[in-house]
Amino acid sequence: MPDRAIGRALPRDASRRLVAGGGRFLDDHAERGELHAAFLRSPLPHARFTLHTDAAAALPGVAAVLTARDLAAVCRPWRTVSKGFPGLVSPEQAPLADGRASWQGEPVAMVLAASRAIAEDAAEAIDAAWEELPAVTDVQAALAPGAPPVHPGLEGNRAWGTTIRHGDPDAAFAAAALVVEERLVFTRHTGVPLEPRGALALWEKGTGALTIRLSHQMPHQMRLHLAEQLGLPVNRVRVVAADVGGGFGIKMHVYQDEMAVAAASRLLARPVRWVADRLESMLADIHAREHVVTARLAVDAEGHMLGFDVQDLQGLGAVSVYPRSSTVEAMSLLRTLGAPYRFAHARARIDSVLQNKVPTGQYRAVGAPIGCAVTERLIEKAAAARGEDALAFRARNLLRAEEMPLVNGFGAALHGLHHHAALEKARALMDLPALRAEIAAGRAAGRLLGLGLAVTVEFTASGPAIYGGAGVPVAATDTVVATLEPTGEVSAQASITEIGQGITQGLAQVLADAVGVPAGAVRVEAGDTAAAPHGGGAWASRGAAIGGEAAWGAGRALRAQLLDAAGALLQAEPGTLDISDGAILDAAGTPRMTLAELGRLMLFRGHELPRGVTPSLSAAFHYRREGDATLANNGVHAALVELDGGSGLVRVLRYWMVGDCGRVLNPLLVDGQYRGGIATGIGEALLEACRYDADSGQFLSGTLADYLLPMATDIPDITLGHVETPYPRSAVGAKGAGESGTCGAPAAILNAVNDALAAAGGGAVTELPIQPVAVLRALGRLA
Amino acid sequence: MLPPDEPLAEIACRVNGRAVRGRAALRQTLVEWLRADLGLTGSHVGCAHGVCGACHVRLDGAVVRGCLVLAAQADGATVETIEAAGGPEEAALRDAFVAHAGLQCGFCTPGMILQAAELLQRNPAPSREAIRDALSGNYCRCTGYHAIVDAVEAAARALRGPAATA
Repeated sequence: MPDRAIGRALPRDASRRLVAGGGRFLDDHAERGELHAAFLRSPLPHARFTLHTDAAAALPGVAAVLTARDLAAVCRPWRTVSKGFPGLVSPEQAPLADGRASWQGEPVAMVLAASRAIAEDAAEAIDAAWEELPAVTDVQAALAPGAPPVHPGLEGNRAWGTTIRHGDPDAAFAAAALVVEERLVFTRHTGVPLEPRGALALWEKGTGALTIRLSHQMPHQMRLHLAEQLGLPVNRVRVVAADVGGGFGIKMHVYQDEMAVAAASRLLARPVRWVADRLESMLADIHAREHVVTARLAVDAEGHMLGFDVQDLQGLGAVSVYPRSSTVEAMSLLRTLGAPYRFAHARARIDSVLQNKVPTGQYRAVGAPIGCAVTERLIEKAAAARGEDALAFRARNLLRAEEMPLVNGFGAALHGLHHHAALEKARALMDLPALRAEIAAGRAAGRLLGLGLAVTVEFTASGPAIYGGAGVPVAATDTVVATLEPTGEVSAQASITEIGQGITQGLAQVLADAVGVPAGAVRVEAGDTAAAPHGGGAWASRGAAIGGEAAWGAGRALRAQLLDAAGALLQAEPGTLDISDGAILDAAGTPRMTLAELGRLMLFRGHELPRGVTPSLSAAFHYRREGDATLANNGVHAALVELDGGSGLVRVLRYWMVGDCGRVLNPLLVDGQYRGGIATGIGEALLEACRYDADSGQFLSGTLADYLLPMATDIPDITLGHVETPYPRSAVGAKGAGESGTCGAPAAILNAVNDALAAAGGGAVTELPIQPVAVLRALGRLA
Repeated sequence: MLPPDEPLAEIACRVNGRAVRGRAALRQTLVEWLRADLGLTGSHVGCAHGVCGACHVRLDGAVVRGCLVLAAQADGATVETIEAAGGPEEAALRDAFVAHAGLQCGFCTPGMILQAAELLQRNPAPSREAIRDALSGNYCRCTGYHAIVDAVEAAARALRGPAATA
C-alpha cells in the first residue's frame, strides 16, 4: 500500500490550533444570560446541617440560592449498583446533600449569581449551622470494631469484599522453600487534569431540552445519566465535550456538582455555568488508590514462584463512585497481581471500606500500579533472599508466549504477551553491563544510587462483557461514521473521544489506509452527542484498540460503497477496482477518476448514475469485539535513582521503558502516552498525596503548593523501546497504550529506591509516595 | 452584568498591539479580564493560585502569571497574549511543539510557549537541563515533559540557523 498512514509519526492536526491559543475548552465558551454557580461545600468530614439562605439570596447580583430540596424537584437521586459487586453498600446520592454531609467538600448549597466572585461571596453568606458527627477517614480505623459509621444506621463500614482461592495455597506455602512477605501502604492521590471539571448548561424553554457542555471523557454516557436523573427523553439531551484539558479517569464519573448545574438550569430556565477552582478540584474530584496491601509470595527451592497470598484493604470514600463502582480498582489490582508470572496457587481477600472522604474512582491505570508494585517488591525480596540477580529470577518466572492463552489464579486472562522479548530489549536499551559498572563506581564514590525494574501487564480495551455483565450501562462498543465529501476529503465522526491523547489523529490515519486517501485528507471529530454516534468514549486505553477497529470498518465500508458506484459508472466489476491516494484505479492500476469527481457526481449529478444504483456517501461501522473480554499489553520499566542522604530527596536520573501495545498507529502519540504515563507514575511514587489530618479528618492537600505535581525538573529523559505484537483477532491490531507508563513506574521507582537503600545498608521504604523522611529513616539518619 | 455595588477599575492599556479601554471589577484578575471581556481565551486558568503557569501572559515585556496580577494593574501597561505572540521564537516554538508532539491536551501549551520564548531570547542554545529549569514553573500533566524539552531544543536549533541543525 503506497504511503501507508498507519504507523507513521504524523503530527496531530489539532496541535496547530492549540499552539496558536485556539483551544476551545469548557471555560472558553459562554452563553448569553448565563448565571455563574458556586457551591457551598461541607467544611467537615461528617456533619448535620441546617441552612438559612435568605441573607445570601438578598445580596446584589444573586439570582438564587438552591438547596437539596429545590433540586430534588427536578432531579432524581442515583445509587451505585453492580452485579459485579453483589451486596455493595453505597447510599443514594443527589446533586446536593440534604441535611447531612458525609465527606468534606460535598456540595450542600448552590448559588447562582452574576459572576463567580459574587456567587462565592453569597455562598459564604449562607447561614449554615453545622453539627459535627463522628467521622472516620483512616481506612484501617474504619474497619475497626466500634468505628463510627460513615452513614448513620450502618452496622459496619465494609462496603463490599470478596475472597478468592485457586489451587492449594495452604499446601504451596507450607511446602515452599522460601516465603517473602511485605506490607505496602498506598496513599490516595488524584488526577489533576490541568483543565478543571465544569459544566455549562442551557435549558431550552417550551420543548424542555437540555444542551450541556462538559469537560468529560464520555459524553454519550453522561447524556444517558442526565436524561435519567432529570427525567428527560434521551434525545432531548445533548452533551458537548469540546477540547478537554486532560481526563486521566477524573472526568468519567457522575458528579453531584455537574448534575446540580444541569438541574439548576432546568429549574431556573437559565443558562448556568460552573468551573471548578483548584481547591474544589482537589477536594471533590475523585481520588484514587488508597490501599493497604499485605502480600506473601511462596517460592520453591529452584526459585520458581508457587503462589501469592494477598489481603487488600481499599478506601472507597463515602460512596462507591457512580456508575462504575470504586471497587473496580481493587479487582484491577488483583488481576494485575503476579500477572506477568507463572504461579499455580492464589489466595486473596479484598475489603473495600467506606470512609468520610470524597469517593475514590477509576484513575489512569486503575489498580494496576499497585498490583505491579506489590508483585515487583516481593520479587526483589525473593531474589535477594535467594542471593540471586532479580532479573534472572524474573526471566525464569515470566510466562512465555507459548504458555498463553491462560487464565491465572486471580482470574486474569493472559494472551499474546511477549515478556522475554521486552526484557531482552530493555536490557539492551539500558546497556546493562555498562550501567551496572557506572552504579558500582558511583557507589564507590559515596553516591546513593539504585536501579529498579518492573514488568507490567495491563488489561485494556474492556469488551462488552465486563460492564455489560455487571448490568452497568457503560458502552464498550464504538462507532465511526465516515463520509466522502464532494471535494474528495473524508470526514468522520467517532464515539471515541479526544481528551488530548491525539486519538482523532490516530483514527484519521486508520481511515486513510482503509479508504485509500492521504492522511491529510481525513478529519475526525468527536465529543458532541448531536453529531457523534453512540459509543463508550475515552477510558481503559481503548481508543486505538476499539476505536481503531470501528474506523477501519467504517473506512472499508465506505470504500466498498465508493467502488460500487465507480464500478457502475466505469462499467467495471467493483472487485477489479482499487482506491489509492484519493483516486479510483482500474484493474491495470490506471487512475480513472478522483474521489472528488466521484463525490461530486454522486452528490450533484445523480442523474448520471445508472438506474438502481443508489450509493451512499456515508458508511457507519459499530465495532463489537467478540471473544476476549479484555486485551492485555505488557512492558518492562527501569529507573535509575539517586538518594540525597542529607535531605532524603529522591532524584530520578534516568528511565527506560519497553512497551508492547500491539500495532502502533502513530509513534508520536504512543511515545507521548508512555512518557506521560510514566510521569504520572513517578508523581505517584514520589510526590502526590491527598492527605487528611489524622485527628480532625480535615483535608490537607487543597492547593498545588500542598499537593505536589511532577515538574519538568522532576522527570528525567525517558528512553523508550517497542515490541510490536499486533492483536491477531482484529483488523488493525492495536492493544492500547494510554496507561502502560503509569502501571510500571511506581514499582520501578519503589524498587530503585530500595536498591539504593539496601546498597547503603539501610532498611526499606514501604509506603507510596516515598517521602524524604521515610528515606532518612530507612538510612538510619532520622529517628 | 455586575451589581451596582461592585467596585470597578477603569483600565486603558495596549493589548496585542491595540489600544484598549475597559472596566473590570477591582478584584478581577488580569487573565480573567482578558478571557471574559476581551475574548482572549488562549491563556488558561489552571490553578488560580500562581503555581501551574497555564495563565502566562506578557506584561510590559515580562512573562507573568495572569492569575496573580489584577486587571486593574494592567492600566497603562502593554499586554501580549498567546494569540498575538508572533516573534521568531514563538513561531519556531509553535512549529517545533507540533512536530515533536510537545503537547497533548494543549491546556498548558500557551504558557509553555511564552515561557520558552523568554528562555530562547535569553539563551539561544540552552541545554536540556536549562530548558527543564526554565519551564519548571509550567506544569504539564500529559507529556511527561520529554517531548516539550525536545521541542524547545529543536526550536532553538532552528532559530540558530542551518549550521546549528546539522
